[in-house]
Amino acid sequence: MKTLSLIFCTLVMATISMPAGTNCRVIQQNKANLIEETCEQTPHRDLCIQYLSSDPRSTDADVTGLALIMVKVIKTKANKALDKIHQLLQESPEPGQKEALSSCADRYKAILEADVAVAIAALQKGNPKFAEDGANDAAIEATSCENSFSGKSPLTNENNAMHDVAATTGAIVRQLL
Amino acid sequence: MGSPSSSHSELLCSYVPVPDGPHSPAEPPRKVMKVFVIFCGMLVLLFILAFNGDHVTSTLTTTTNEQEFSPRTHTVPCSTLKPFSRGVSSGVSWKSSFNNDESYPWNNTMLSWQRTVFHFQPEKNWMNDPNGPLYYKGWYHFFYQYNPKGAVWGVIVWGHAVSRDLIHWLHLPLAMVADQWYDKNGVWTGSATILPDGQVIMLYTGSTNESVQVQNLAYPADPSDPLLVDWIKYPSNPVLFPPPGIGTMDFRDPTTAWLTSEGKWRISIGSKLNKTGIALVYDTNDFKTYERVEGLLHAVPGTGMWECIDFFPISIKGENGLDTSINGENVKHVVKVSLDDDRHDYYAVGTYDEKNVKFTPDDLKNDVGIGLRYDYGIFYASKTFYDQSKERRVLWGWIGESDSEYSDVAKGWASVQGIPRTVTLNKKTGSRLLQWPVAEVESLRLRSDEFENLKVKPGSVVPLEIETAAQLDIVAEFEIDNKALEMTSQFNREYECSTSGGAAERGALGPFGLLVLANEDLSEYTPTYFYVVKGSDGQLKTSFCSDQSRSSLATDVGKKIFGSFVPVLEDEKLSLRILVDHSVVESFAQGGRTCVTSRVYPTKAIYGAARLFLFNNATEATVTASVKVWQMNSAFIRPFNPNQRN
Repeated sequence: MKTLSLIFCTLVMATISMPAGTNCRVIQQNKANLIEETCEQTPHRDLCIQYLSSDPRSTDADVTGLALIMVKVIKTKANKALDKIHQLLQESPEPGQKEALSSCADRYKAILEADVAVAIAALQKGNPKFAEDGANDAAIEATSCENSFSGKSPLTNENNAMHDVAATTGAIVRQLL
Repeated sequence: MGSPSSSHSELLCSYVPVPDGPHSPAEPPRKVMKVFVIFCGMLVLLFILAFNGDHVTSTLTTTTNEQEFSPRTHTVPCSTLKPFSRGVSSGVSWKSSFNNDESYPWNNTMLSWQRTVFHFQPEKNWMNDPNGPLYYKGWYHFFYQYNPKGAVWGVIVWGHAVSRDLIHWLHLPLAMVADQWYDKNGVWTGSATILPDGQVIMLYTGSTNESVQVQNLAYPADPSDPLLVDWIKYPSNPVLFPPPGIGTMDFRDPTTAWLTSEGKWRISIGSKLNKTGIALVYDTNDFKTYERVEGLLHAVPGTGMWECIDFFPISIKGENGLDTSINGENVKHVVKVSLDDDRHDYYAVGTYDEKNVKFTPDDLKNDVGIGLRYDYGIFYASKTFYDQSKERRVLWGWIGESDSEYSDVAKGWASVQGIPRTVTLNKKTGSRLLQWPVAEVESLRLRSDEFENLKVKPGSVVPLEIETAAQLDIVAEFEIDNKALEMTSQFNREYECSTSGGAAERGALGPFGLLVLANEDLSEYTPTYFYVVKGSDGQLKTSFCSDQSRSSLATDVGKKIFGSFVPVLEDEKLSLRILVDHSVVESFAQGGRTCVTSRVYPTKAIYGAARLFLFNNATEATVTASVKVWQMNSAFIRPFNPNQRN
């Protein structure tokens, strides 16, 4: 009985390793195509491919999964922006600047608490339109932050990046509708 | 009773089955060796399946059907993301200047003004679709999608309120929460059916703990309680699972049931196949077991997912509404859908062939999803019910926000419901529905101001001296002077509200109408207007629009121009009605042939600074206007208190 089981399990192991050698590469190719096809329909194709390809989860993801990866990018960027805002606030800025920075902090908090949270829930629960709303709103919040500076904005790069990532995310979600 | 229908067993091949919850019996222990062998065998099977790629799941995704990949040619519309600068418009007395670069900071004064006083909304947090409206033992019941945790969408439960008159609402405890595995991720939209013996049946969609969309049955715990406070979920829920071939996340929003001539109850549930929106049909005798009716009630290619289907009869001759089960002579039917793709509600009037379970629209060019809309502004997930006490069909609609999430979170709430509207067939124009605010809203009218036969010359703005301007019921009539109509050389222009320049774009015969939520220096105003174009055959074509582009100095709010063509018959004056209730404006043209609802978020035209103006920005036509304006009282929507008179 023991010998039989051993032979059986060896056979199992052999069976497992066989497809791994052949199908794997085909699947990688298919997923790379999905990323390209998905990003083709976004306003920032190269950015989209860059972000998606650099996330290991994209190899196994369908369009919903790709959208969730981009939402994660929004989250990461929003956190980074908030860190920078807090840093700038600590450097005792002038009153006008301080007000704008506080407003920006509120905007980026909204991106995290409202847009990102809702987008993830919506994508996971199969009601993608709320995720599209969240992505669109993230772009609006970033623009509002940028507009709150009467002089030069210290967050232009962050706001532009957020706007582009948000627009890309929205375009991916649109493909689910 | 008994187990769910054959569709249950069919489901196992279309998705990873939902666990049975706490009822699975424990497996008896086996010998270790046999377990090991069987385990290895299952590993083989698993790996074979995995490398075929059909059911790959990752930590990120939920199990879904194969996503059909069809290329779309449009991307996120940029106009909603970047506000565009508008210079000073031509025309007399437009003092507006719009500084694109100023981001207007929101303060509590501005935000708290936005709350409505006579539109239904919960005390706080997020609301979306109307659910299961009904009339029972002297009370109107209203349920709604609600997030008890915040001012954004989330794990949705059913809120509940009651009213004697569809206007004065009293909040009750939540009717249903997400406490079962089959609605753990959301107690979603559903509809009520009242049986001939008075029993109330509620069917609703649950998003299961695995995000599969299933249909569930619920009913009042105590039918003798007119307030229907407590609800029981049928212990053997779900009663319907997504059938094979239908996406597990494309199966939601069951309708009110209607009786077939065979004595069965029939419901429809929306879905999609690739990009074709479809209406599935099920029959049942007891609302517990169902049989899928072969075929589809209706389908329209290219329309995408059909949410919140509504299907009801409409009287061709009479003015009354009809019970959902009515069919026969002098009856047409309406199919209405909410399109996931564009967040708009569409309907079509047509005939229902009961024998073949088929709906055929009167006008194929204006089929469901490509033709008429209930409302050309913000109005979604709408649902009707038959009010047997007044023999009318009443329409509820969700009016979402068009401000930023930042504002929603700051003010602590989001969304309102429209004032319930009666729905009838417009006899004079045929396949178009008329919607009109229920008469009970007029009980809120306080003092009125009347302005008769005001001659408004081209390019002028006329202030209407009323008390305050944030809570109004406005009724107005307009006549264009005949000379201008006959003499105008400009003709045959195509006009579309949404692509036009709004109230600032001057034509020979329009725009003219009212400026609501305007301030004294017109730095903020919201025009609701008519725009008339003369065709090459001399026929007049009228559009009715609501223009948000100058509604606020804030740059993070919606600035679109909503509206559509409105049929105007030979002998008719142009007429409109506008309900202004702080940040929501509902407009109706020609007795409700075309409706436009918008959200308005002024920063200056609030409280005592809000004004009302007549305007005429046409270049040739003088317009004679008669306007009656009522101040509107609050509906004092509040929690139900058993000690108070209700």
